[in-house]
Parts: sequence; structure tokens; C-alpha cells
Amino acid sequence: MARRIGVFVCHCGINIAGTVDVERVARELEKQPGVVFATTYQYMCSDPGQNLIKQKIEEENLDAVVVAACSPAMHEETFRGVCREYFNEYRCEMANIREQCSWVHDGEEATEKAIKIVKATVEKLRDNEDLMPILVPVEKKCLIIGGGIAGIQAALDIADAGYKVILVEKEPSIGGRMAQLSETFPTLDCSQCILTPKMVAVARHPNIKLLTYSEVLEISGFVGNFHVKILKKPRYVDEDACTVCGDCEEVCPVIVANEFEMERKPRKAIYIPFPQAVPSTYTLDREACLGLAPLTCSQCKEVCEANAIDYDMQPKIIEEDVGAIIVATGYDLYDKNKLVEYGYGEDDDIITSLEFERMLSASGPTGGKIIKPSTGKEPKKVVFIQCAGSRDKQHMPYCSSICCMYTAKHALLYKHHVPDGEAYIFYIDIRATGKGYEEFIERVMEEERINYIRGKVAKIYRDGDKIVVCGVDTLTGRKVEVQADLVVLAMAIVGKEEAVKIAKKLKVAVDDGNFFKESHPKLKPVEALTRGIYFAGCAQAPKDIPSAVAQASAAASKVLSIFSKDKLEKDPLIAVVDEEHCSACGICVSVCPYGAMMKMENGKARCIEALCEGCGTCAAACPSSNIEMRNYKDEQIVKMVEVVI
Amino acid sequence: MSFEPKIVAFLCNWCAYAGADLAGTSRLQYPANIVPIRVMCSGRVDPEFILEAFRKGADGVFIGGCHPGDCHYVSGNYKARKRVEMMKKLLKEMGINPRRLRLEWVSATEGQKFADVVSQFVEEIKELGPSPWREKK
Repeated sequence: MARRIGVFVCHCGINIAGTVDVERVARELEKQPGVVFATTYQYMCSDPGQNLIKQKIEEENLDAVVVAACSPAMHEETFRGVCREYFNEYRCEMANIREQCSWVHDGEEATEKAIKIVKATVEKLRDNEDLMPILVPVEKKCLIIGGGIAGIQAALDIADAGYKVILVEKEPSIGGRMAQLSETFPTLDCSQCILTPKMVAVARHPNIKLLTYSEVLEISGFVGNFHVKILKKPRYVDEDACTVCGDCEEVCPVIVANEFEMERKPRKAIYIPFPQAVPSTYTLDREACLGLAPLTCSQCKEVCEANAIDYDMQPKIIEEDVGAIIVATGYDLYDKNKLVEYGYGEDDDIITSLEFERMLSASGPTGGKIIKPSTGKEPKKVVFIQCAGSRDKQHMPYCSSICCMYTAKHALLYKHHVPDGEAYIFYIDIRATGKGYEEFIERVMEEERINYIRGKVAKIYRDGDKIVVCGVDTLTGRKVEVQADLVVLAMAIVGKEEAVKIAKKLKVAVDDGNFFKESHPKLKPVEALTRGIYFAGCAQAPKDIPSAVAQASAAASKVLSIFSKDKLEKDPLIAVVDEEHCSACGICVSVCPYGAMMKMENGKARCIEALCEGCGTCAAACPSSNIEMRNYKDEQIVKMVEVVI
Repeated sequence: MSFEPKIVAFLCNWCAYAGADLAGTSRLQYPANIVPIRVMCSGRVDPEFILEAFRKGADGVFIGGCHPGDCHYVSGNYKARKRVEMMKKLLKEMGINPRRLRLEWVSATEGQKFADVVSQFVEEIKELGPSPWREKK
């Protein structure tokens, strides 16, 4: 039976109607066979807009609807919901005449193109089948990648709600960057003091399985039903048996740089990255150890009274089924050696902000004393340089968001440590948008008498004992030259290098800064484009601690909403084999990335519904055209092609 | 009147279509000669669709997929690449300049790249002139 199609063209205020002649689109579409009604409206997604569709479905006896408006990524759900009250939701399609037409074109041609897009959508809709979602069970367990503050917060939220969490951390301890910080702005709370209770809570939570020194190897599946393989690297120390007495560390003859201390402090080959590490255990760094196979030293094992050291520990592959994944892989600092044009490079007295954090920390390399690394003396003049690599088209074009604040904190703490010292801050703008941030900046500027110089640094070079920092104060137009003892660079924040690998495993996108791409920059800031995957913390963009914590809780609430159901709806847009005409060549079986095409006893293929993801590779490969994609059938696409040309 | 080519673009739902949406959100202008058809994966693009487009009078066919290794469906984009290579040879045999068929990797974050490659492609097709199959239509 021929469909009675209604076409609803949205003005989207002037977003569409400002460019596209929406009335003409409606009039042209009315001429299409099967289209019995077409109209336009100011905002189709508004309540009156939705009511208009309902009213016309009833009045005009419509049994299918095309909404010509924004991208289906925005409102397909909205309009399918409207239609669901009357007929199968797959009788509703959206024609994207905003993102891919009115916003990118002008004038007459925009209207022409809009007409083509809507016509093509009508053609597709004509042959859409009524479909019901496929119901799949949900594995109510969440994988969280990264054990910094964001991963920790999300893990605790989900575990407290009664669901199992697998928290995977690459390093020997959870805690992430926050564990490295001294004090936090603007309250000057001790970072570790507020973090460690949460770390301990993670370790003790019965619903959290903590896998430190571990990496995610493989991820497959889909929302509700992901399968992950995790590599647990051997730490050669039994986590449960180790009493952290430190005897092993004492006798270990190998000294290397401690990564946790930004390599400003040594550690042994057998080490605990910092005293409050969770899990509280030593780790033997295989790379640094004198040799395990054959065993060369073995002094640590000899002194270990708890008998916790096991040189034969093997890497373990752990497999888990999870229903949702939160990515909280955090950030790195941009490589300061890349800022060659300023002459930053390698110089002991030019350090990064994180190195300065460790210097300020009582447990850090200097025991909380601020020193000039090359001489060990107290620096009397310190220059802080903001936007080192940020807001710079040669490097990272974006604002790293937290540097203005922590630099103010650094300068303040410096003045408290060295009251007779001078601190200079080179800045482009001061961005202090958080709660209490502006007040903090004001306090630093006025009470602490820090010299804020508005301008970028032009050059840095060593002159004997000093480092000369040259720049222009753009407020006075004068050249500035500071003979500094110590220079601290507020380096740009970039996503982890490993994020790129993890993104590939998850089949999600990262941007140029290695930050994960969210589904919508405003309305879906924690969701990946792929359902069931969420982001938290600096993995998604540079942010401060409260924002990371808030985003982690947001991601956790998204996961909990998935876990609140026993079954999830899966898109029924899958492949169907015409088994009668299938020539049993087996090509579809070999091209399917999901193993969803099964060869039956008679050699013919059959699609396993639960496994099919609907990519359509099999349909394109089938030499006898006997595989159809539901609602993306060959003849639907061919008809669309015909209309758009 | 100057030649305005007709171009069909098959865009995969997860990368290229999202990239095209981002070009829109960022208001990056590009020629309107290209009309998108959303498919779930670039691997869905049956060689038949490409032939059909040229047969119907298209001057160019554009396929946008995820970057190698990033395919939402694991490997659909590799299959698309193989098919495009094969189709280019076939088109040449059939008297169609293989440059009229273009496959590009556009991620969901590459709105600018989408606008750029589409603009270039339209320019290239303009240089090539109307498809020899247009008259046969």
C-alpha cells in the first residue's frame, strides 16, 4: 500500500530559513508522489512543533513523516518519539538541511540542495520497513580506564550504587596527576590529603576490582556487551604479601630516576612510587633490575621477610565482560623541548610546572624546599611563563584552562617560601572563571606583590649563572628583561599519547591534542559517539579538579542509567540474507568483522542478529546481491542517488 | 553559464557524516555541488552504487570514511579502499576518468578537512568538465 507521507520543514529560527527558502522546499516536496502534506514551522523540535506533527498525522491520516531540520544526531530520537504514538518509529526520517546545507551554503543553491536532500529522504522512507528494536542483555559491570581523580570518582560512584567496577591503571599506583600536586587552587588544600582517602576507599571497596600496573589490550562488542582483555604486567611482588617495610629498597643496588618525581629524584629498581601509593606495595621495575633471567642479583628477595618477591611472576591476561566503559586516561604536559624557538630546551634551571609542584611538595625531591636545580641554592628571582605551548598556532592552539590558576598558586607559594624573592609572571590574558578564582588571582596580584607582565616571552637564554628572559610588556610597550635564577613553564596540557591507541581499540575519535571527541560539544560532553562509552577528566579536554570530578560523576550517572535496565535496545538495522537465492560462496562470512555471518550446513549464509552491527560490508560484498541491509537496502540507496543527481 | 558539477557523497555515519556536521556547526562554507547520502559505513558502498551514480549522470562520486584503524566497524574502511581501487581501474576501462571517484578519510573532529577536501574535489571535477556519460543518460 502506498504511504501517505507528511513533510515538515523546520525554519530553526533563521538557522535554516535565513538561507534556505523553506516555503519553496515544502511546495516542491508536495509535488512528490506519496507526499500528501508538507508544511513549515518555526521550531519543529519545540512542543508546538511536535504537536503540529501529531495534529497533521491525525488530520491528514499520515502514516510516515519526514522532518527536514538539523542533523539526525541532534533530533532523530525526538521526532521518532513523536511518531511512535501513531506508527512504527522507522516511518520517521530526518533530512539534514541545517549542518550539511543551510550552515555551509548560500543563496539559491542552498535551497536547491535542500530540496534534493529532502527528496532523497522521502525516497528512502518510502521503502523503510517497520522494525522493532532487538533486545540484548546488559552486563552490569563497568570498565574504567585510568585511576586518576576522574577514574577514582567514577569508580566510587558506580560501586557505591551497587555495581561492579574494574578499574585499570597503567602505573603501579592509582592517584594520577592529582597525587603529584602540592596544594590545590584556590583553597590551597593539600592535594594528597584530600585525594588519599578516596584512593584508600577504592582499594577497600568490595565492588571495585583494582588492576594497577595493567593495560587494556583489546576491546570488542557493543553497549551492554563489551568484552575486554587486560594485561596485568608482573610487578614481581605479591601485592597482598608485601608489608611495605622497605628492606628490599634499601639493599637494591640500582638507582634510576623516579617518574613520579618528574625524574627529579632517584628511586631504586624495586620501588614504591610515593609513600601513600595504592595498592600499598613495592614494584620491581624489570627494565632497571640487574636481570631476572638469568637471575643476577636477588638481594631484595633475600631480605624480604614477608617472602613477597617472586621473580617467576608472569604477565597475566584477564578477560572481562562489561556493559559500559569510562575513559579517564588523563593528560601529559607538552614536550618542552619542542619549544625550541624560545630556546627553552634542556637547562637545569628551566623546569615545568609539574616539576615545580614536586619541588613544593613536602615529600618531593627537595623536601618542599624551592631550589635552583643547578646550584641547590634558593632562587631569588623566579619567572613563571604562562601559555608555554598553549594558545600558540605553532604548537597547541587551545587554552590549557588551568595554567593561569596554578601559576598564581605557584607564585604565591614561592613568596611564602622565599619572602624576599621576586616573582614575575608573563601572561597573555588571565582566565579565572571558576568559583573563587578571580578573588584568588586578585589576592596574588595585590597582597603577594607578584609582578604580572602582560606579554609573550620572545627569548630565553643562559648568561652565566642567570637565565635571561626577554619579552615585551604590551601594556606599557616597554621591553622587559629579567635575570632569573629559575624559570617555570606552564606547559600546555595534551591528552596522553596512549589515548590514541586506546581510541583505536574503542573505535572512537581523538583530536589533534589527543583529547577524546565527545558526542556533542555542549549537550553530550561525556558521551562518545559510540553508545556505552563515556569520558571523564582531562582525557576529554584540559580541566581543573572540580570539573574533572563533576564530569566523572556525570559519566557514572550515564553508566548507572544503562545498568538500571535488564535489557537494552539494539538498533535493528542489520543484515538479512535471502537464503533461498544465496549462492553459498561464503564471501560475506569472510568479510564480516563480527563473525555475525554464519555458514549453515547447506553452505548458505545466515546473519546472527545479536552479533550483527549493521555496517553493511557483507551487503556490498555479496556478488549476487542477496544480502540486504534493513532500511538501507540497495534499491533505497540507488533511488536516493537518482534523486540527488 | 559555468559548469556546475553534480556530485554524490556517500558519508559513513560515524566519521565523515559527523565531520560534515561539524563543518556545519563551525559554519565552514564549501560548494553546494555535493549532496550527501548517509550510509552506516564506507564499507557499505557497493560498487553498484558508484556505477549507478555515474550512469544517472553524476560528474563525480565522493566517499568519506573513518581513518585507517578508526573504523567504527573494525575494517569496513579497508574494504572500501580496496573497492575504490578496483572501481578506479574499472571506470578507466569504461571511459570515465578515475579521478572522478574519490575516497577520503575524514574523522568526526575534522570539520575543516571535510570542507577542504570537498572544495578541492569540486574544483577538480570542474577542471575535468562534465562526465562523458552525462549525454548517454
